[in-house]
Amino acid sequence: MNVKNKPQTIAQKILANHCSRDYVHAGEIVNADVDIVLGNDITLPIAIEEFNKIGARNVFDREKVVVVPDHFAPNKDIKSAQQCKFMKEFAREQGIKNYFEVGKMGIEHALLPELGLVLPGNLIIGADSHTCTYGAIGAASTGVGSTDVAVAMATGKLWFMIPGTIKFIYSGNLKKWVTGKDLILYTIGLIGVDGALYKSMEFTGPAIKKLSIDSRFTMSNMAIEAGGKFGIFEVDRVTREYLKVRSDRDYKIFKSDPDAEYEKIYNIDCSEIELQVAAPHLPSNARNAKNLRNIVIDQVVIGSCTNGRIDDLKIAAEILSGREVNGNLRTIIIPATQSIYLEALKRGYIEIFIKSGCVVSTPTCGPCLGGHMGVLAEGERAVSTTNRNFVGRMGHPKSEVYLSGPAVAAASAIAGRIATPEEVMQ
Amino acid sequence: MMIRGKVIKYGNNVDTDAIIPARYLNTTEDKELALHCFEDMDKDFKEKVKERKIIAAGSNFGCGSSREHAPISIKASGVKAVIAESFARIFFRNAINIGLPVVTSAEAADFIKDGDEVEIDLSSGKIKDITGNKIFNINPLPEFIQKIIISGGYINFTRENKGR
Repeated sequence: MNVKNKPQTIAQKILANHCSRDYVHAGEIVNADVDIVLGNDITLPIAIEEFNKIGARNVFDREKVVVVPDHFAPNKDIKSAQQCKFMKEFAREQGIKNYFEVGKMGIEHALLPELGLVLPGNLIIGADSHTCTYGAIGAASTGVGSTDVAVAMATGKLWFMIPGTIKFIYSGNLKKWVTGKDLILYTIGLIGVDGALYKSMEFTGPAIKKLSIDSRFTMSNMAIEAGGKFGIFEVDRVTREYLKVRSDRDYKIFKSDPDAEYEKIYNIDCSEIELQVAAPHLPSNARNAKNLRNIVIDQVVIGSCTNGRIDDLKIAAEILSGREVNGNLRTIIIPATQSIYLEALKRGYIEIFIKSGCVVSTPTCGPCLGGHMGVLAEGERAVSTTNRNFVGRMGHPKSEVYLSGPAVAAASAIAGRIATPEEVMQ
Repeated sequence: MMIRGKVIKYGNNVDTDAIIPARYLNTTEDKELALHCFEDMDKDFKEKVKERKIIAAGSNFGCGSSREHAPISIKASGVKAVIAESFARIFFRNAINIGLPVVTSAEAADFIKDGDEVEIDLSSGKIKDITGNKIFNINPLPEFIQKIIISGGYINFTRENKGR
Protein backbone atom coordinates (compact mmCIF):
# COMPACT_ATOMS: atom_id res chain seq x y z
CA MET A 1 0.00 0.00 0.00
CA ASN A 2 1.20 3.47 -0.84
CA VAL A 3 2.01 5.28 2.43
CA LYS A 4 -0.24 8.10 1.30
CA ASN A 5 -3.21 5.78 1.61
CA LYS A 6 -2.23 4.20 4.89
CA PRO A 7 -4.88 4.91 7.53
CA GLN A 8 -3.88 7.27 10.33
CA THR A 9 -5.30 8.81 13.51
CA ILE A 10 -5.67 12.57 14.00
CA ALA A 11 -2.48 12.56 16.08
CA GLN A 12 -0.45 10.88 13.32
CA LYS A 13 -1.88 13.19 10.65
CA ILE A 14 -1.12 16.43 12.49
CA LEU A 15 2.41 15.33 13.33
CA ALA A 16 3.01 14.11 9.75
CA ASN A 17 1.73 17.43 8.45
CA HIS A 18 4.23 19.30 10.63
CA CYS A 19 7.26 17.39 9.39
CA SER A 20 6.30 17.40 5.70
CA ARG A 21 5.45 13.74 5.59
CA ASP A 22 2.43 11.87 4.29
CA TYR A 23 2.60 9.14 6.87
CA VAL A 24 4.20 8.61 10.26
CA HIS A 25 3.93 5.47 12.36
CA ALA A 26 3.52 5.13 16.12
CA GLY A 27 6.86 4.88 17.89
CA GLU A 28 8.99 6.76 15.36
CA ILE A 29 10.72 10.00 16.32
CA VAL A 30 10.33 13.08 14.15
CA ASN A 31 11.60 16.64 14.30
CA ALA A 32 8.49 18.74 13.68
CA ASP A 33 7.63 22.43 13.25
CA VAL A 34 5.56 23.84 16.09
CA ASP A 35 2.83 26.47 15.69
CA ILE A 36 2.81 27.83 19.23
CA VAL A 37 5.37 27.71 22.06
CA LEU A 38 3.95 28.59 25.49
CA GLY A 39 5.62 29.37 28.80
CA ASN A 40 4.54 30.65 32.20
CA ASP A 41 6.14 32.27 35.25
CA ILE A 42 7.25 28.91 36.70
CA THR A 43 8.70 27.28 33.62
CA LEU A 44 9.79 30.11 31.34
CA PRO A 45 12.56 31.53 33.59
CA ILE A 46 14.47 28.22 33.24
CA ALA A 47 13.67 28.14 29.51
CA ILE A 48 15.12 31.65 29.07
CA GLU A 49 18.36 30.64 30.82
CA GLU A 50 18.62 27.60 28.55
CA PHE A 51 17.69 29.66 25.46
CA ASN A 52 20.62 31.95 26.22
CA LYS A 53 22.96 28.93 26.51
CA ILE A 54 22.05 27.83 22.98
CA GLY A 55 23.44 31.14 21.77
CA ALA A 56 20.32 32.03 19.84
CA ARG A 57 19.78 35.76 19.60
CA ASN A 58 16.11 35.87 18.63
CA VAL A 59 13.08 33.69 19.08
CA PHE A 60 12.13 31.89 15.86
CA ASP A 61 8.88 33.85 15.50
CA ARG A 62 7.73 36.74 17.70
CA GLU A 63 4.08 35.92 17.05
CA LYS A 64 4.31 32.25 17.91
CA VAL A 65 5.80 32.48 21.40
CA VAL A 66 3.19 33.05 24.10
CA VAL A 67 4.13 34.23 27.59
CA VAL A 68 1.62 34.16 30.44
CA PRO A 69 2.35 34.99 34.07
CA ASP A 70 -0.43 33.03 35.80
CA HIS A 71 0.89 30.54 38.36
CA PHE A 72 2.23 32.78 41.13
CA ALA A 73 0.81 35.96 39.56
CA PRO A 74 -0.33 38.45 40.72
CA ASN A 75 3.07 38.06 42.37
CA LYS A 76 2.78 36.19 45.66
CA ASP A 77 6.23 36.96 47.05
CA ILE A 78 9.52 38.65 46.13
CA LYS A 79 11.03 35.59 44.44
CA SER A 80 7.93 35.13 42.28
CA ALA A 81 8.01 38.82 41.44
CA GLN A 82 11.62 38.44 40.28
CA GLN A 83 10.66 35.53 38.04
CA CYS A 84 7.76 37.47 36.51
CA LYS A 85 10.00 40.48 35.95
CA PHE A 86 12.70 38.34 34.30
CA MET A 87 10.07 36.89 31.98
CA LYS A 88 8.54 40.25 31.15
CA GLU A 89 11.94 41.73 30.29
CA PHE A 90 12.68 38.78 28.00
CA ALA A 91 9.30 39.22 26.27
CA ARG A 92 10.00 42.92 25.80
CA GLU A 93 13.56 42.44 24.50
CA GLN A 94 12.39 39.78 22.06
CA GLY A 95 9.39 41.81 20.91
CA ILE A 96 7.07 38.95 21.80
CA LYS A 97 3.60 39.99 20.77
CA ASN A 98 1.66 37.62 22.98
CA TYR A 99 2.82 38.62 26.45
CA PHE A 100 -0.12 39.10 28.80
CA GLU A 101 0.37 41.32 31.82
CA VAL A 102 -1.78 40.97 34.95
CA GLY A 103 -5.06 42.65 34.05
CA LYS A 104 -4.97 41.18 30.56
CA MET A 105 -3.83 37.73 31.51
CA GLY A 106 -5.88 34.71 32.42
CA ILE A 107 -5.04 31.12 33.20
CA GLU A 108 -3.07 30.19 30.10
CA HIS A 109 -5.15 27.22 28.96
CA ALA A 110 -8.38 29.20 29.11
CA LEU A 111 -6.76 32.32 27.64
CA LEU A 112 -5.13 30.95 24.48
CA PRO A 113 -8.25 29.37 22.94
CA GLU A 114 -10.37 32.34 24.00
CA LEU A 115 -8.08 34.69 22.06
CA GLY A 116 -7.99 32.42 19.01
CA LEU A 117 -4.24 31.86 19.40
CA VAL A 118 -4.60 28.10 19.02
CA LEU A 119 -6.47 26.47 16.16
CA PRO A 120 -7.50 23.01 14.93
CA GLY A 121 -4.69 21.10 13.25
CA ASN A 122 -2.01 23.10 15.08
CA LEU A 123 0.98 21.47 16.75
CA ILE A 124 1.36 23.22 20.09
CA ILE A 125 3.83 22.79 22.93
CA GLY A 126 3.86 24.47 26.30
CA ALA A 127 6.01 24.19 29.37
CA ASP A 128 2.97 23.27 31.40
CA SER A 129 1.58 19.78 31.66
CA HIS A 130 -1.99 20.91 30.97
CA THR A 131 -1.09 22.21 27.52
CA CYS A 132 -3.01 19.14 26.30
CA THR A 133 -6.18 21.26 26.86
CA TYR A 134 -6.22 22.49 23.24
CA GLY A 135 -6.98 18.98 22.00
CA ALA A 136 -10.57 20.05 22.69
CA ILE A 137 -10.51 22.06 19.45
CA GLY A 138 -8.73 19.42 17.39
CA ALA A 139 -5.11 20.47 17.94
CA ALA A 140 -2.17 18.20 18.73
CA SER A 141 -1.06 19.91 21.89
CA THR A 142 1.13 18.71 24.71
CA GLY A 143 3.11 19.69 27.78
CA VAL A 144 6.90 19.64 27.69
CA GLY A 145 9.70 20.93 29.89
CA SER A 146 11.63 24.19 29.98
CA THR A 147 14.58 22.92 27.93
CA ASP A 148 12.16 21.79 25.23
CA VAL A 149 10.64 25.25 25.18
CA ALA A 150 14.11 26.82 24.98
CA VAL A 151 14.98 24.74 21.91
CA ALA A 152 11.59 25.36 20.29
CA MET A 153 11.85 29.12 20.93
CA ALA A 154 15.25 29.11 19.24
CA THR A 155 14.53 26.79 16.31
CA GLY A 156 10.74 26.51 15.91
CA LYS A 157 11.17 22.75 16.01
CA LEU A 158 11.05 19.96 18.55
CA TRP A 159 11.46 16.19 18.63
CA PHE A 160 8.32 14.14 19.05
CA MET A 161 7.70 10.46 19.36
CA ILE A 162 4.58 9.57 17.39
CA PRO A 163 2.13 8.27 19.96
CA GLY A 164 -0.16 5.29 19.62
CA THR A 165 -3.83 6.15 20.09
CA ILE A 166 -6.48 4.93 22.49
CA LYS A 167 -10.06 5.61 21.44
CA PHE A 168 -12.83 6.36 23.89
CA ILE A 169 -16.37 6.09 22.57
CA TYR A 170 -18.95 7.78 24.79
CA SER A 171 -22.64 7.03 24.29
CA GLY A 172 -25.88 7.58 26.21
CA ASN A 173 -27.38 10.66 27.80
CA LEU A 174 -25.62 12.48 30.62
CA LYS A 175 -27.41 12.56 33.97
CA LYS A 176 -28.50 15.89 35.46
CA TRP A 177 -25.48 18.02 36.58
CA VAL A 178 -22.96 15.62 35.01
CA THR A 179 -20.29 17.40 32.91
CA GLY A 180 -17.02 16.67 31.15
CA LYS A 181 -15.28 16.61 34.54
CA ASP A 182 -17.33 13.61 35.64
CA LEU A 183 -16.66 11.84 32.32
CA ILE A 184 -12.92 12.36 32.54
CA LEU A 185 -12.65 11.45 36.25
CA TYR A 186 -14.68 8.32 35.51
CA THR A 187 -12.40 7.54 32.56
CA ILE A 188 -9.19 8.04 34.55
CA GLY A 189 -10.71 5.86 37.29
CA LEU A 190 -11.27 3.20 34.66
CA ILE A 191 -7.81 3.20 33.08
CA GLY A 192 -5.59 4.51 35.91
CA VAL A 193 -3.09 7.37 36.16
CA ASP A 194 -0.79 5.65 33.65
CA GLY A 195 -3.55 4.07 31.59
CA ALA A 196 -2.70 6.27 28.60
CA LEU A 197 1.03 6.73 29.24
CA TYR A 198 2.65 8.35 26.15
CA LYS A 199 -0.62 7.83 24.21
CA SER A 200 -2.97 10.07 22.33
CA MET A 201 -6.46 9.83 23.82
CA GLU A 202 -9.16 10.32 21.23
CA PHE A 203 -12.57 11.26 22.61
CA THR A 204 -15.44 10.30 20.31
CA GLY A 205 -18.99 8.96 20.24
CA PRO A 206 -22.59 10.21 20.12
CA ALA A 207 -22.43 11.69 23.65
CA ILE A 208 -19.40 13.78 22.66
CA LYS A 209 -21.27 15.40 19.77
CA LYS A 210 -23.64 16.94 22.31
CA LEU A 211 -20.93 17.96 24.76
CA SER A 212 -20.24 21.69 25.22
CA ILE A 213 -16.87 23.13 24.28
CA ASP A 214 -16.17 23.96 27.94
CA SER A 215 -16.74 20.33 28.95
CA ARG A 216 -14.43 19.28 26.13
CA PHE A 217 -11.69 21.60 27.40
CA THR A 218 -12.06 19.97 30.83
CA MET A 219 -11.66 16.49 29.38
CA SER A 220 -8.67 17.28 27.17
CA ASN A 221 -7.10 19.17 30.08
CA MET A 222 -6.99 16.04 32.22
CA ALA A 223 -5.62 13.66 29.57
CA ILE A 224 -2.24 14.15 31.27
CA GLU A 225 -3.76 12.80 34.50
CA ALA A 226 -3.96 9.43 32.72
CA GLY A 227 -0.41 9.90 31.43
CA GLY A 228 -1.64 10.97 27.97
CA LYS A 229 0.29 13.04 25.46
CA PHE A 230 -2.76 14.39 23.63
CA GLY A 231 -6.49 14.41 24.45
CA ILE A 232 -8.10 15.07 21.08
CA PHE A 233 -11.62 15.77 19.87
CA GLU A 234 -12.61 15.88 16.22
CA VAL A 235 -13.67 19.32 14.96
CA ASP A 236 -17.45 19.58 14.60
CA ARG A 237 -20.23 22.16 14.64
CA VAL A 238 -19.61 22.95 18.33
CA THR A 239 -15.92 23.66 17.63
CA ARG A 240 -16.63 25.80 14.58
CA GLU A 241 -19.23 27.78 16.51
CA TYR A 242 -16.69 28.43 19.27
CA LEU A 243 -13.92 29.50 16.87
CA LYS A 244 -16.08 31.65 14.61
CA VAL A 245 -15.93 34.70 16.86
CA ARG A 246 -12.36 34.13 17.99
CA SER A 247 -10.24 33.88 14.88
CA ASP A 248 -10.48 34.67 11.19
CA ARG A 249 -7.35 32.68 10.39
CA ASP A 250 -7.71 29.58 8.23
CA TYR A 251 -7.22 26.20 9.79
CA LYS A 252 -6.92 22.66 8.59
CA ILE A 253 -9.20 19.96 9.94
CA PHE A 254 -7.77 16.47 10.42
CA LYS A 255 -9.94 13.42 11.01
CA SER A 256 -8.96 9.91 11.96
CA ASP A 257 -9.46 7.42 9.17
CA PRO A 258 -12.20 4.88 9.93
CA ASP A 259 -9.68 2.04 9.66
CA ALA A 260 -6.92 3.83 11.62
CA GLU A 261 -5.04 1.68 14.08
CA TYR A 262 -6.02 1.99 17.75
CA GLU A 263 -4.13 0.32 20.56
CA LYS A 264 -7.32 0.03 22.57
CA ILE A 265 -10.94 1.04 22.30
CA TYR A 266 -13.12 1.75 25.32
CA ASN A 267 -16.91 1.99 25.11
CA ILE A 268 -18.35 4.10 27.89
CA ASP A 269 -22.06 4.43 28.60
CA CYS A 270 -22.56 7.94 30.00
CA SER A 271 -26.05 7.18 31.29
CA GLU A 272 -24.33 5.07 33.97
CA ILE A 273 -22.02 7.86 35.13
CA GLU A 274 -22.96 9.58 38.39
CA LEU A 275 -21.38 12.78 39.69
CA GLN A 276 -17.75 11.88 40.39
CA VAL A 277 -15.22 12.76 43.07
CA ALA A 278 -11.57 11.66 42.98
CA ALA A 279 -10.48 10.96 46.54
CA PRO A 280 -6.90 11.60 47.76
CA HIS A 281 -4.22 11.13 46.57
CA LEU A 282 -4.62 10.17 42.91
CA PRO A 283 -6.95 11.51 40.20
CA SER A 284 -7.78 7.87 39.43
CA ASN A 285 -9.48 7.36 42.83
CA ALA A 286 -12.83 8.20 41.26
CA ARG A 287 -15.92 7.47 43.35
CA ASN A 288 -19.60 8.33 43.13
CA ALA A 289 -19.97 11.62 45.02
CA LYS A 290 -23.02 10.31 46.88
CA ASN A 291 -20.86 7.63 48.50
CA LEU A 292 -18.56 10.22 50.12
CA ARG A 293 -21.23 12.22 51.93
CA ASN A 294 -19.58 11.93 55.36
CA ILE A 295 -16.42 13.78 54.30
CA VAL A 296 -16.37 17.14 56.12
CA ILE A 297 -14.40 19.88 54.35
CA ASP A 298 -12.64 23.15 55.13
CA GLN A 299 -12.38 24.72 51.69
CA VAL A 300 -13.95 24.69 48.25
CA VAL A 301 -12.15 25.94 45.13
CA ILE A 302 -14.03 26.52 41.87
CA GLY A 303 -11.71 27.55 39.07
CA SER A 304 -8.43 26.54 37.33
CA CYS A 305 -7.52 25.60 33.76
CA THR A 306 -9.74 22.57 34.28
CA ASN A 307 -13.00 24.18 35.46
CA GLY A 308 -12.79 27.99 35.54
CA ARG A 309 -14.86 28.66 32.42
CA ILE A 310 -18.28 30.23 32.05
CA ASP A 311 -20.20 26.90 31.94
CA ASP A 312 -18.57 25.97 35.24
CA LEU A 313 -19.46 29.30 36.87
CA LYS A 314 -23.01 29.00 35.53
CA ILE A 315 -23.49 25.66 37.29
CA ALA A 316 -22.00 27.03 40.52
CA ALA A 317 -24.27 30.10 40.33
CA GLU A 318 -27.38 27.99 39.76
CA ILE A 319 -26.66 25.98 42.88
CA LEU A 320 -25.44 28.83 45.10
CA SER A 321 -28.18 31.29 44.10
CA GLY A 322 -30.19 32.28 47.18
CA ARG A 323 -28.21 29.92 49.39
CA GLU A 324 -25.36 30.38 51.84
CA VAL A 325 -21.96 28.82 52.02
CA ASN A 326 -21.53 26.74 55.17
CA GLY A 327 -20.06 28.82 58.01
CA ASN A 328 -17.29 26.32 58.68
CA LEU A 329 -15.53 26.67 55.35
CA ARG A 330 -14.03 29.03 52.78
CA THR A 331 -15.24 29.03 49.20
CA ILE A 332 -12.89 30.53 46.62
CA ILE A 333 -14.13 31.12 43.09
CA ILE A 334 -11.63 32.02 40.37
CA PRO A 335 -12.85 32.85 36.86
CA ALA A 336 -10.10 31.64 34.54
CA THR A 337 -9.76 34.80 32.43
CA GLN A 338 -10.70 38.46 32.60
CA SER A 339 -13.36 38.03 29.94
CA ILE A 340 -14.92 35.05 31.73
CA TYR A 341 -14.88 37.20 34.90
CA LEU A 342 -16.61 40.04 33.05
CA GLU A 343 -19.17 37.71 31.51
CA ALA A 344 -19.93 36.23 34.95
CA LEU A 345 -20.33 39.77 36.25
CA LYS A 346 -22.78 40.70 33.47
CA ARG A 347 -24.80 37.55 34.04
CA GLY A 348 -25.08 38.30 37.77
CA TYR A 349 -23.04 35.28 38.91
CA ILE A 350 -20.49 37.35 40.81
CA GLU A 351 -23.24 38.95 42.89
CA ILE A 352 -24.67 35.50 43.63
CA PHE A 353 -21.24 34.26 44.72
CA ILE A 354 -20.53 37.20 47.00
CA LYS A 355 -24.01 37.15 48.56
CA SER A 356 -23.68 33.45 49.28
CA GLY A 357 -20.38 34.05 51.10
CA CYS A 358 -17.79 33.11 48.47
CA VAL A 359 -14.65 35.08 47.67
CA VAL A 360 -14.07 35.83 44.00
CA SER A 361 -10.49 36.27 42.83
CA THR A 362 -8.75 37.66 39.80
CA PRO A 363 -7.49 34.89 37.46
CA THR A 364 -4.59 32.84 38.84
CA CYS A 365 -3.54 29.19 39.07
CA GLY A 366 -2.75 29.99 42.76
CA PRO A 367 -4.51 27.42 44.94
CA CYS A 368 -4.47 24.51 42.47
CA LEU A 369 -0.77 23.92 43.08
CA GLY A 370 -0.67 25.22 46.65
CA GLY A 371 0.91 28.45 45.50
CA HIS A 372 -1.28 31.15 46.99
CA MET A 373 -4.92 32.32 47.28
CA GLY A 374 -6.12 29.28 49.23
CA VAL A 375 -3.31 27.14 50.67
CA LEU A 376 -4.45 24.35 53.01
CA ALA A 377 -3.26 23.92 56.61
CA GLU A 378 -2.30 20.62 58.26
CA GLY A 379 -5.28 18.29 58.42
CA GLU A 380 -7.51 20.44 56.23
CA ARG A 381 -9.61 19.04 53.40
CA ALA A 382 -10.77 20.70 50.21
CA VAL A 383 -13.21 19.90 47.45
CA SER A 384 -11.73 21.42 44.33
CA THR A 385 -12.57 21.59 40.64
CA THR A 386 -8.84 21.48 39.84
CA ASN A 387 -6.91 18.57 38.34
CA ARG A 388 -4.54 17.01 40.88
CA ASN A 389 -4.94 15.66 44.40
CA PHE A 390 -1.39 14.46 45.05
CA VAL A 391 0.02 14.59 48.59
CA GLY A 392 0.58 18.25 49.50
CA ARG A 393 -0.71 19.52 46.16
CA MET A 394 -2.75 22.33 47.72
CA GLY A 395 -0.61 23.03 50.76
CA HIS A 396 0.44 21.09 53.84
CA PRO A 397 1.60 17.51 53.15
CA LYS A 398 -1.06 16.37 55.62
CA SER A 399 -3.91 18.14 53.84
CA GLU A 400 -6.29 16.47 51.38
CA VAL A 401 -7.86 17.38 48.05
CA TYR A 402 -11.04 15.82 46.64
CA LEU A 403 -11.45 16.57 42.93
CA SER A 404 -14.90 17.21 41.51
CA GLY A 405 -16.84 19.15 38.92
CA PRO A 406 -18.51 22.49 39.69
CA ALA A 407 -21.86 20.98 40.75
CA VAL A 408 -20.45 18.86 43.55
CA ALA A 409 -18.09 21.67 44.57
CA ALA A 410 -20.91 24.23 44.88
CA ALA A 411 -23.21 21.78 46.68
CA SER A 412 -20.40 20.82 49.06
CA ALA A 413 -19.76 24.50 49.81
CA ILE A 414 -23.34 24.80 51.05
CA ALA A 415 -23.40 21.49 52.95
CA GLY A 416 -19.95 21.82 54.54
CA ARG A 417 -19.25 18.25 53.48
CA ILE A 418 -19.16 16.42 50.16
CA ALA A 419 -22.66 16.74 48.71
CA THR A 420 -24.64 16.53 45.47
CA PRO A 421 -26.90 19.37 44.25
CA GLU A 422 -30.11 17.43 45.02
CA GLU A 423 -29.21 17.41 48.71
CA VAL A 424 -28.93 21.18 49.03
CA MET A 425 -31.50 22.39 46.49
CA GLN A 426 -34.73 21.18 48.10
CA MET B 1 28.89 4.93 30.32
CA MET B 2 28.99 3.12 33.68
CA ILE B 3 27.12 4.24 36.79
CA ARG B 4 27.59 2.49 40.09
CA GLY B 5 26.01 3.14 43.46
CA LYS B 6 23.63 2.13 46.19
CA VAL B 7 19.89 2.39 45.72
CA ILE B 8 17.14 4.45 47.30
CA LYS B 9 13.91 2.58 46.56
CA TYR B 10 10.49 4.20 46.05
CA GLY B 11 7.06 2.95 44.94
CA ASN B 12 4.63 3.68 42.10
CA ASN B 13 3.40 7.09 40.88
CA VAL B 14 6.07 9.26 42.53
CA ASP B 15 4.66 12.62 41.39
CA THR B 16 6.39 15.93 40.74
CA ASP B 17 4.78 17.54 43.80
CA ALA B 18 6.46 14.82 45.87
CA ILE B 19 9.80 15.36 44.09
CA ILE B 20 9.76 19.15 44.47
CA PRO B 21 6.75 20.84 46.12
CA ALA B 22 5.33 23.79 44.16
CA ARG B 23 6.12 26.21 46.99
CA TYR B 24 9.78 26.03 45.94
CA LEU B 25 9.18 26.77 42.26
CA ASN B 26 9.90 30.44 42.79
CA THR B 27 13.57 29.77 42.09
CA THR B 28 15.60 28.35 39.23
CA GLU B 29 18.74 27.71 41.36
CA ASP B 30 19.56 24.01 41.20
CA LYS B 31 21.33 23.91 44.59
CA GLU B 32 18.37 25.53 46.29
CA LEU B 33 15.96 23.12 44.59
CA ALA B 34 18.11 20.21 45.76
CA LEU B 35 17.65 21.35 49.37
CA HIS B 36 13.94 20.57 49.09
CA CYS B 37 14.01 17.47 46.91
CA PHE B 38 11.54 14.82 48.20
CA GLU B 39 11.02 17.02 51.28
CA ASP B 40 7.38 16.05 51.88
CA MET B 41 7.59 12.44 50.72
CA ASP B 42 10.81 11.27 52.34
CA LYS B 43 12.27 13.39 55.10
CA ASP B 44 15.42 11.23 55.19
CA PHE B 45 16.23 11.65 51.49
CA LYS B 46 18.92 14.25 52.13
CA GLU B 47 20.68 11.88 54.54
CA LYS B 48 20.21 8.83 52.26
CA VAL B 49 21.54 10.55 49.14
CA LYS B 50 24.92 11.20 50.78
CA GLU B 51 25.61 7.46 50.54
CA ARG B 52 23.25 6.30 47.82
CA LYS B 53 23.25 7.78 44.32
CA ILE B 54 20.70 5.71 42.37
CA ILE B 55 16.91 5.86 42.67
CA ALA B 56 14.86 2.79 41.76
CA ALA B 57 11.08 3.12 41.60
CA GLY B 58 7.88 1.57 40.30
CA SER B 59 5.59 2.68 37.51
CA ASN B 60 4.80 6.21 36.25
CA PHE B 61 7.77 7.89 37.98
CA GLY B 62 7.57 11.70 37.72
CA CYS B 63 3.87 11.94 36.90
CA GLY B 64 2.12 15.30 37.14
CA SER B 65 3.58 18.69 36.37
CA SER B 66 5.94 19.61 33.53
CA ARG B 67 8.26 21.32 36.01
CA GLU B 68 11.85 20.70 34.97
CA HIS B 69 12.68 21.63 38.56
CA ALA B 70 11.88 17.96 39.37
CA PRO B 71 14.72 16.24 37.48
CA ILE B 72 16.96 19.27 38.18
CA SER B 73 16.46 18.87 41.95
CA ILE B 74 17.17 15.13 41.72
CA LYS B 75 20.32 15.66 39.65
CA ALA B 76 21.55 18.51 41.84
CA SER B 77 21.07 16.27 44.90
CA GLY B 78 23.83 14.06 43.51
CA VAL B 79 21.65 11.27 42.09
CA LYS B 80 23.44 9.65 39.12
CA ALA B 81 20.52 7.74 37.55
CA VAL B 82 16.88 6.75 38.04
CA ILE B 83 15.68 3.23 37.26
CA ALA B 84 11.91 2.74 37.01
CA GLU B 85 9.31 0.33 35.76
CA SER B 86 8.00 3.25 33.67
CA PHE B 87 8.32 7.03 33.53
CA ALA B 88 5.71 9.75 32.99
CA ARG B 89 6.39 11.19 29.55
CA ILE B 90 7.23 14.82 30.38
CA PHE B 91 9.55 13.80 33.22
CA PHE B 92 11.27 11.36 30.87
CA ARG B 93 11.85 14.10 28.26
CA ASN B 94 13.02 16.56 30.87
CA ALA B 95 15.49 14.11 32.43
CA ILE B 96 17.03 13.29 29.05
CA ASN B 97 17.12 16.94 28.05
CA ILE B 98 19.08 17.95 31.17
CA GLY B 99 21.34 14.88 31.13
CA LEU B 100 19.95 12.84 34.03
CA PRO B 101 20.13 9.18 32.94
CA VAL B 102 16.73 7.47 33.16
CA VAL B 103 16.53 3.75 32.68
CA THR B 104 13.38 1.72 32.09
CA SER B 105 13.29 -1.90 33.23
CA ALA B 106 10.24 -3.40 34.90
CA GLU B 107 12.16 -6.51 36.01
CA ALA B 108 15.06 -4.58 37.53
CA ALA B 109 12.77 -2.04 39.18
CA ASP B 110 10.84 -4.87 40.79
CA PHE B 111 13.88 -6.92 41.88
CA ILE B 112 16.22 -4.24 43.23
CA LYS B 113 15.88 -3.65 46.96
CA ASP B 114 16.45 -0.55 49.05
CA GLY B 115 20.18 -0.26 49.77
CA ASP B 116 21.34 -2.73 47.06
CA GLU B 117 24.58 -1.96 45.22
CA VAL B 118 23.81 -1.58 41.52
CA GLU B 119 25.84 -1.07 38.36
CA ILE B 120 24.28 0.40 35.21
CA ASP B 121 26.06 0.01 31.87
CA LEU B 122 24.32 2.39 29.50
CA SER B 123 26.48 1.38 26.52
CA SER B 124 25.74 -2.32 26.66
CA GLY B 125 22.24 -1.82 28.06
CA LYS B 126 22.59 -3.82 31.27
CA ILE B 127 21.79 -3.33 34.94
CA LYS B 128 23.61 -5.50 37.46
CA ASP B 129 22.28 -5.83 40.99
CA ILE B 130 25.58 -6.67 42.69
CA THR B 131 23.96 -7.34 46.08
CA GLY B 132 21.25 -9.56 44.62
CA ASN B 133 23.62 -11.02 41.99
CA LYS B 134 21.36 -10.63 39.01
CA ILE B 135 21.67 -8.98 35.57
CA PHE B 136 18.84 -7.25 33.69
CA ASN B 137 18.50 -5.87 30.17
CA ILE B 138 17.54 -2.24 29.76
CA ASN B 139 14.90 -1.32 27.18
CA PRO B 140 17.11 0.33 24.55
CA LEU B 141 16.61 4.03 23.91
CA PRO B 142 15.88 5.26 20.37
CA GLU B 143 19.00 6.34 18.49
CA PHE B 144 17.96 9.98 18.39
CA ILE B 145 17.61 10.08 22.17
CA GLN B 146 20.99 8.38 22.57
CA LYS B 147 22.53 11.18 20.51
CA ILE B 148 21.05 13.77 22.90
CA ILE B 149 22.52 11.87 25.84
CA ILE B 150 25.93 11.60 24.18
CA SER B 151 25.87 15.37 23.55
CA GLY B 152 25.21 15.89 27.27
CA GLY B 153 21.65 17.16 26.91
CA TYR B 154 19.31 18.83 24.45
CA ILE B 155 20.92 22.29 24.64
CA ASN B 156 24.36 20.98 23.68
CA PHE B 157 22.80 18.79 21.00
CA THR B 158 20.99 21.80 19.52
CA ARG B 159 24.14 23.92 19.60
CA GLU B 160 26.09 21.19 17.84
CA ASN B 161 23.42 20.58 15.20
CA LYS B 162 22.38 24.14 14.49
CA GLY B 163 20.92 24.67 11.06
CA ARG B 164 20.50 20.98 10.41
